[in-house]
This record gives sequence, structure tokens and C-alpha cells, in this order.
Amino acid sequence: MSRPSSSAPLRSFFIQVGEIADLAALTFRNIFRKPWESKNFLQQLDEIGVRTLPVVSLTAAFGGLVFGLQMYSGFHRYVGLGSEAYGGPIISLGLCKELIPILVGLMVAGRVGSSMAAEIGTMRITEQVDALFSLGADPNRYLVVPRAVAAFLMLPCLTLFGDLIGIIFGAIYNVGIMGVNGTVYVRNTLLYLQFWDVASGLVKAAFFGVIIAVIGCWQGLKTEGGAEGVGRATTRTVVIASISILITNFFLSKFLPG
Amino acid sequence: MIRFSGLRKSFGPKRVLDGLDLEIRTGETMAVIGQSGSGKSVLLKILIGIMAPDAGTVEIDGTDVAPLRGDARRAVTRKFGMLFQGAALFDSMTVAQNVAFGLERYGHRTPAEIEARVKDCLAKVGLSGIEGLMPHELSGGMKKRVGLARAIAYRPEIILYDEPSTGIDPIRADAINELILLLQREMSVTSVVITHDMVSAAKVADRIAMLYEGRIVACGTPDEIAHSPNAVVQQFTHGRAEGPIRNW
Repeated sequence: MSRPSSSAPLRSFFIQVGEIADLAALTFRNIFRKPWESKNFLQQLDEIGVRTLPVVSLTAAFGGLVFGLQMYSGFHRYVGLGSEAYGGPIISLGLCKELIPILVGLMVAGRVGSSMAAEIGTMRITEQVDALFSLGADPNRYLVVPRAVAAFLMLPCLTLFGDLIGIIFGAIYNVGIMGVNGTVYVRNTLLYLQFWDVASGLVKAAFFGVIIAVIGCWQGLKTEGGAEGVGRATTRTVVIASISILITNFFLSKFLPG
Repeated sequence: MIRFSGLRKSFGPKRVLDGLDLEIRTGETMAVIGQSGSGKSVLLKILIGIMAPDAGTVEIDGTDVAPLRGDARRAVTRKFGMLFQGAALFDSMTVAQNVAFGLERYGHRTPAEIEARVKDCLAKVGLSGIEGLMPHELSGGMKKRVGLARAIAYRPEIILYDEPSTGIDPIRADAINELILLLQREMSVTSVVITHDMVSAAKVADRIAMLYEGRIVACGTPDEIAHSPNAVVQQFTHGRAEGPIRNW
């Protein structure tokens, strides 16, 4: 009996990376080709953007509150009474550059990425993807391009919205609940928070959007094996997209300005 | 005329088509029969361009269409209408939107023309007045008929039927067979019917080809196939467990 090669998982990993890169490259090329599926694109803007707003709002609000709480405790304990007002810029910086883009990315991966994999996976196993081809619609242009472009555009919007909510709730905890001087808190925040602190978070979010859409569509398009296959594709999408977001975030943090 | 020559297709170690040769004449209805998993649907998907063969040629009117890509491929695909095994209706669209889908992409028609054509096609398959229903509101037989209306809406030259009678009761299956015959008479198209239902094949086909181990082992009129001396064909057409076909 032959022993399975120890290099098989590594080979499989590189094959999968290759498949994702192929799909991303094809999708990028198809963005510039007509016809554009504008109806699908608008639907995806609504699905990824508008319908994700409630969950992003809730996540950002509690992200802001807990970040505000920890900053207040940290300044109070290690710097001293009255220094808590200096927490404002640090809270805003941490939220805009790291916490909100990652939370939004993970939330969208869970809510939208999984639904992309499930929807396209179901279409695949019921031959609807083949039907698209036979009826003159390129499955990549019809299914993947609108999702990838909508995610690329909507993730930064959701992140910007989440930044605002997070900063407001961080301030509510510090100023409203713990009685930190509001004027100093706001002045410090505006003084130290710079354009690239916010912009780098938005650039990250755009990358995360593409990662989520491409991985969700890739998993959907390679679904096999009925309902169980759809379930597997959904789970894999959330796991692979979440890990990819965390890894990509480190490198973007390292190389983006700000 | 459609001509497959030396067609090969494998999935991993499994060789599904192994040097298949077959000719389908313009205007005839050819039924391709064979066991489940014998590669019949793969043959259709290669013909329409959903899959590419590993080797061999697929000629339509003398042109090898297998290597075509992009707009050239799309122009060839436009010649085909396909009824999928499970109908493959788009879940998120109404019946009318499903039937109009190919019309919108393959023709430059006004909305009024599309609406009229959708009504006409639904009437042809006996389903007038269901334009606003969603696919989940239809029975299996109705889904197949809507799938057929969608396949013929843009007046293709070749209609492909993937297991048209599978998954529905015998009465509805016969109604689908009647529809295939009706469309054949009215539209004078070339039809390829993939099936393992011998009753259906004998009823709708001008000729029947038997696919076994990746090749066509017999091809002839329904009568010739019914009386074929080939033991594989005999076993399959008579539905016997005993015989040369052992890989079930």
C-alpha cells in the first residue's frame, strides 16, 4: 500500500491559492468588459452595504464602548487621575486603523461571504450556473464581478460608518459615563487623529471586501455534493476569509502609511 | 450536422469519454442512452461549451467549436437551447423572467416583444397565465415545461434535452415526450435527447446511440436498437441485471 505523500497538503494549499488568484484575475479583467450586470450590482450594494448596517452598527458601538472602557482603566491606573482625556485620540486611532476594519471584515465574512457561497453553491449543484452559460450570460460576469465590485466599494463605507459609531460610543463611555472632560477629550481626538489613520483603515476594508467576495464566490463555484457540499462551502468561506483578513491586516498595517 | 470525433474526457483517474465518435444529422432527433454516470450529460456539456474535452473535436456544420472562447463561443452557444435535468430555473426570478433571460441576452428585442414571446412560449408548453409565479410554486413537471419554454424562447437551431423524463411521473413524462415531438414538428430543429428511459427514447428519437465505457457501441433506428445483436445493448434495453454490464 502506498503511503500518502507528506507534501500533499502543501500542494493542495498552493493549488487552492492558484485557483483563488485565477478567479481574482479573471474577475478583474471582466470588470472592464461589457455587458455590465448593473441590476445584480445594485442588488449586491444593497445586500452587502445597506443590509449589513445594523450588525456593523452594533459591533462598532460595543467595540467603541469596550475600547473606551479599557483606555479609561489604563490611563486611570497607570498615568493617573485626569489623564483619561488623553485616551480620546488613542481610542480613535485604534478603532479607525485596526479594530473597526477587522470587525467589519469579520462580520461581513460571516454574514455576506457565507451567503455568497451558499447561494452560488446551490446554483452550482442545481445546474443554474450551467444554465446561465447556456443562456448567454458569463457566470463570472453575472455572479462574481457584481459581488466583488460591490464588496470593494461597500466595505470602506461600512468601515467609515463603523469608525464614527465606535468613536461616538468611546466618547459616550468616557465623557458621558465616567465624567472625563469632554472639551479636552474632543480637542485631543481632533488634534492627534490624522487623515491616514482613517484612510488606511478604509484601504484595508477595500482589500477585505475583495477577499471576502472572491473567496465566497470561489467556494460557491466549486461546490460539489448536494446540501452537505453547500454547508461545507459556507463554513470554509467564513474560516478561510476570516484567517485571510487577519493575515492580510498585519501586512497592510506594516506597509500602509500612517 | 454535429460530429464528435475521438472525444476524450477524464475526471481525475476516471475516464468518462474514451474516443467517442458520433454524427447527428441536421433536423433529426438523436437519443443517447446509457447507464447513469456513463458520461451522457458530459457529452451534452461538451457540446454546448460548458466543459472542454481533453482531446477530440466537436464539429458543427464542419467547424470545430471545442477550442472556441469568448464571443465566438457565445455565437455558437446561441445555436443551442438546453433543458436541464432538474430544469435549473433561476430561484430568484419569476417564470416570466426565467423564460425572458435568454431572449434578453441573445437578441435586441423591445420589452413588449419579449413579453409577447414569453407568453407565446409558455402557451406552447401549455402553461399560460403562470408568468408571475416563482419556481418553488411549480410542480416538477411544470418546472420542466418552463425550462423547455426558456430553452426554445430565442429560437435555437439545436435543442438539448438532459434526462427530460427523469424525476416526474410516467404521465407527465409522456406529456414531455409529446412536447418534444410537437416542438420537433413545429420548429424543425435538431434535437439531442440524453436519457436512460427506453420508452422515452423509442418514442421521440429518429435514431438512438448507446454510450458504454466512453464510446458509442451501437447506433440506429429505435427498431434497429431494439433488435441489436450487441449483448450490452440487449442487456440495457431489456433492463436485465445479468449480462456484460457489471459495473452497476
